[in-house]
Amino acid sequence: MIALLIRDLKLAFRAGGGFGLGLAFFLIVTVLVPFGVGPESALLARIAPGILWLGALLACLLSLDRILALDWEDGSLDLLATSPLPLEGVVSVKALAHWLTTGLPLTLAAPFLGLLLSLPTQGYAWLVVSLALGTPALSVIGTFGAALTVGIKRGGLLLSLLVLPLYVPTLIFGAELARRGAEGLATTTPLLMLAGISFGVIALLPFASALVLRVNLR
Amino acid sequence: MGSIWEYANPVKFNHTAGKVLPWVSIGATATLVIGLIWGFFFTPDDYRQGSTVKIIYLHVPAALMAINVWFMMLVTSLIWLIRRHHVSALAAKAAAPVGVIMTVIALITGAIWGQPMWGTWWAWDPRLTSFLILFLFYLGYIALWEAIDNPDTAADLTAVLCIVGSVFAVLSRYAVNFWNQGLHQGASLSLDKEENVADVFSTPLYICIAGFILLFIALVFLRTRTEIQKRRTKALIARERLG
Repeated sequence: MIALLIRDLKLAFRAGGGFGLGLAFFLIVTVLVPFGVGPESALLARIAPGILWLGALLACLLSLDRILALDWEDGSLDLLATSPLPLEGVVSVKALAHWLTTGLPLTLAAPFLGLLLSLPTQGYAWLVVSLALGTPALSVIGTFGAALTVGIKRGGLLLSLLVLPLYVPTLIFGAELARRGAEGLATTTPLLMLAGISFGVIALLPFASALVLRVNLR
Repeated sequence: MGSIWEYANPVKFNHTAGKVLPWVSIGATATLVIGLIWGFFFTPDDYRQGSTVKIIYLHVPAALMAINVWFMMLVTSLIWLIRRHHVSALAAKAAAPVGVIMTVIALITGAIWGQPMWGTWWAWDPRLTSFLILFLFYLGYIALWEAIDNPDTAADLTAVLCIVGSVFAVLSRYAVNFWNQGLHQGASLSLDKEENVADVFSTPLYICIAGFILLFIALVFLRTRTEIQKRRTKALIARERLG
């Protein structure tokens, strides 16, 4: 399991892969927002948590088709399926590798991009907390979408169409947590809901992902 | 008659559906014509809403069906995954486009109703928002059916998507509730409510709802039959090529 994780991480870092790409995309989206809505800092501060969450979500989405597609093409997914490691474990490791190479860097980069959008001081901690809690859910849900569409040629667009509605609850509670944090309101409810969604998804969705992957490998 | 699983046999299903179909179609036409004409021409105008209240005869049944069609797809998807009856998977496939149309009707009539009443075509109200999300779920489901060539793989994948999607749809419903307060009123047809729709309006409304349900049954029977026959034609052509 650990060997698979290390292999996936190495591939992501070395192959000029999605690692830097997602971060760069996040940066560009954030930089473009003030061009779109104007440089007024009061307005930017108000929408900053939502923009950062949306940017992180889109950056996550961008790299989803890399989770399984490359392994599918070169046949290593078939090898993994016949290995002693259960397929549920494989998809969980894949999701973890995706999170380590996209979700975690995005979470760490978010405060610096928050500076650009003049996020209020008390908002930084909550922004990081909400992204740290929410992005694992994005990776796991994304792995499910990737497993659904792995057999489809040029499935990228379909993948987005399938995954985006599934992202709605995570986005709502994540962005709400960041917003309430930035405005100094009570944060317990969205915090607990976000944590509930993340842990529930991490615990249950790999079974569905493995199920659809088995169908696709049939 | 025997058990309900007899209808898992496509021949038996086609036979029975073919016999029932004309009656259901006639029933749907009759109830819809009676309900809509009664609703549109023989009910009084509401004292606050004027004649716009009559949109209810399309809006409420369509919204009701939009949710229940998804529920029916969930049940048939489960039956497919558990018992592997092809008719079940094909019924889910046949129902999805009907469901998406119902969702669109509910959204559009809602917008047309909302414009004079709330002064806006669209508001990010929880109910409206969850219907929009439901619409996206339908689109994804249909797109996945279209994208996969192998019928069994497509049936499996869409069934799992339907089940996972149902969980997320319910989650979204509550998330959206938490996220914004609503303009839309609560339930208007529950059994023990003061705020229910008045009887003058509700009788034709029930007839319209019955009409929409019958229409849905007729469409699903028809479309499932078509799917079965399509698959049979494909099998025949394949056999022809071999032989």
